[in-house]
Amino acid sequence: MTDAGGRASSIPLIGGGEEPTLDRFSTEGRRASGFPPLDVPASDIVLPEAADRPPALPEVSERDLVAHVNRLAHRNFAVDLGAYPLGSCTMKYNPKICDWAAEHPAFRDLHPAAPATLTQGSLEVLLEIETILCELTGMARATFQPAAGAAGETTGLLIMRAYHKSRGRSPEMVVIPDSAHGTNPASVSLAGYQVLQIPSDRRGLVDVEALRVAVDDNVAGFMLTNPNTLGLFEEDIVEMAKIIHDVDGLVYYDGANLNAILGIARPGDMGFDIVHSNLHKTFATPHGGGGPGAGPVAVLEHLARFLPGPVPERIGDAIEWVQPADSIGRVHGNHGNFLVVLRALTYMRALGGDGLRRVAERSVLNARYLASLLSDDYQIPFPTPCMHEFVASAAALKRATGVRAMDVAKALLDHGFHAPTMYFPLVVEEALMVEPTETESPETIEALAEAFNDIAESARTDAEYLHAAPHHTPITRTDEALAARHPVLTWHMTSTP
Amino acid sequence: MNVPEDRRYTDQHEWVKAVDGGFRVGITDYAQDALGDVVFVDLPDTGREVTEGETIAEVESTKSVAEIYAPLAGTITDVNAALGDTPGLINTDPYEAGWFFVIAPTDDGASEQLLDADGYRALTE
Repeated sequence: MTDAGGRASSIPLIGGGEEPTLDRFSTEGRRASGFPPLDVPASDIVLPEAADRPPALPEVSERDLVAHVNRLAHRNFAVDLGAYPLGSCTMKYNPKICDWAAEHPAFRDLHPAAPATLTQGSLEVLLEIETILCELTGMARATFQPAAGAAGETTGLLIMRAYHKSRGRSPEMVVIPDSAHGTNPASVSLAGYQVLQIPSDRRGLVDVEALRVAVDDNVAGFMLTNPNTLGLFEEDIVEMAKIIHDVDGLVYYDGANLNAILGIARPGDMGFDIVHSNLHKTFATPHGGGGPGAGPVAVLEHLARFLPGPVPERIGDAIEWVQPADSIGRVHGNHGNFLVVLRALTYMRALGGDGLRRVAERSVLNARYLASLLSDDYQIPFPTPCMHEFVASAAALKRATGVRAMDVAKALLDHGFHAPTMYFPLVVEEALMVEPTETESPETIEALAEAFNDIAESARTDAEYLHAAPHHTPITRTDEALAARHPVLTWHMTSTP
Repeated sequence: MNVPEDRRYTDQHEWVKAVDGGFRVGITDYAQDALGDVVFVDLPDTGREVTEGETIAEVESTKSVAEIYAPLAGTITDVNAALGDTPGLINTDPYEAGWFFVIAPTDDGASEQLLDADGYRALTE
């Protein structure tokens, strides 16, 4: 602890010392905000016994609080600071024009419960983005209520359940490939279904024969991420969709990797019935703790009557809120995270159709360029060319030097780049899942490759140094096992003002 | 890679060793190395009847979550309670202190179909 820092001094930032916790700044009576004088009659409230004294909370001024939070922010890595090749997450740069739109008071200050007659402009936004998203995915209608990708998955599965119920059926299983995102089985479980897992084959794609054998009329549907989590385009989608449709199942497209096919291929044309997309990945809205998120779900026409309601609909000259005939009900208290949706529409409109297609082209080109520049220490286990991301294995490097995927990832931070995703998907040993994203320049891709290759080279001369990496970050190697075995999930004031 | 001769193995990287009243089960040195630091283990209840190949436990490391399958059909008669507080035993001593559970098998001869040490070694090479 550097007591020289704290308050409004930037010493922790300059010296690399520890940032004190807020209670160290606490001084009795300091406040970051004040309430106006009471202008209504006071009433007596009977407080429960536990509330007989104020909670022990830090008392700090706005000035000290802002300095504290900003010092923490400056010590953190962020998309706005550098390349962030965290595979599967699509940590691309978010254009500032999207914030400009979301900060407009006409949108920002709108109350979520304001009636449709007073919010026609915002309803227009929802209708317009629905039209664009449906055109991009090949679907008919969409809901923007789900507040994140996984919420979209659950919503899609509840629509699947409502579809089967409407046909007097109650199949119990949902098929998922073994390379699926971890949220897929969790969503399946939350929606009351059981997981039927299908292996990948030697191509790194779904094993179609295994799928054919596993599927019977107890299968409600199939969730597929495409490109899959190995960054490979599934080649047998039409056949797989037929296998599922033949037992009256529905085919669900996990759109987490939609940026790779934007404007080039559409899930609706491939035989999918339901698609969720992650606005924060594909359409550049805040991401990774910087949310809130949005995971809209788009469906074919015959499933539109099950969508969460209400949905905006143009009736005559006005747009009104309408409840779909057999709606599964609300999945959000209001109408979803509207300002996030607005950011996504701004992104779509700023890029236009051709621009969105270039997003897909560059995401794939960047990933392939980076993969081609990596040395043989990073083996790419599948021969199929990658799409927007690739998975490399550090298994050979580990056998030769003892340096693991974890060490490579941590050492990358010392080179000024965020770590890639590690140890996922599970089907690849010592996996490093790398997604440079479409927003990085060729020069940045080359610098990233140089960093990866330098790390592998240094593994041969000084593995110990890499086991302890990162060395140049405010916090160096943490004990993740200790943190997971003995998590401290609560915080108490240790010093009183 | 350490593969003791005094027990049998499954192709799911589990070991099975005869003890009083049944077979003690754990994961191999190879498996613990692949998993990395184990942080949590979910064990079955004693008395549970299991079928061969059924998922009956879960082991979570800083890298991933892996499922543990019943190597034999039978009844769970004992579990290693020490793993609750010290799951790291699976990393430091996978063949002794890091055991998972004991199964009393339905069929006494069932373990003979499992791999011997040489067979398992061949699988991991």
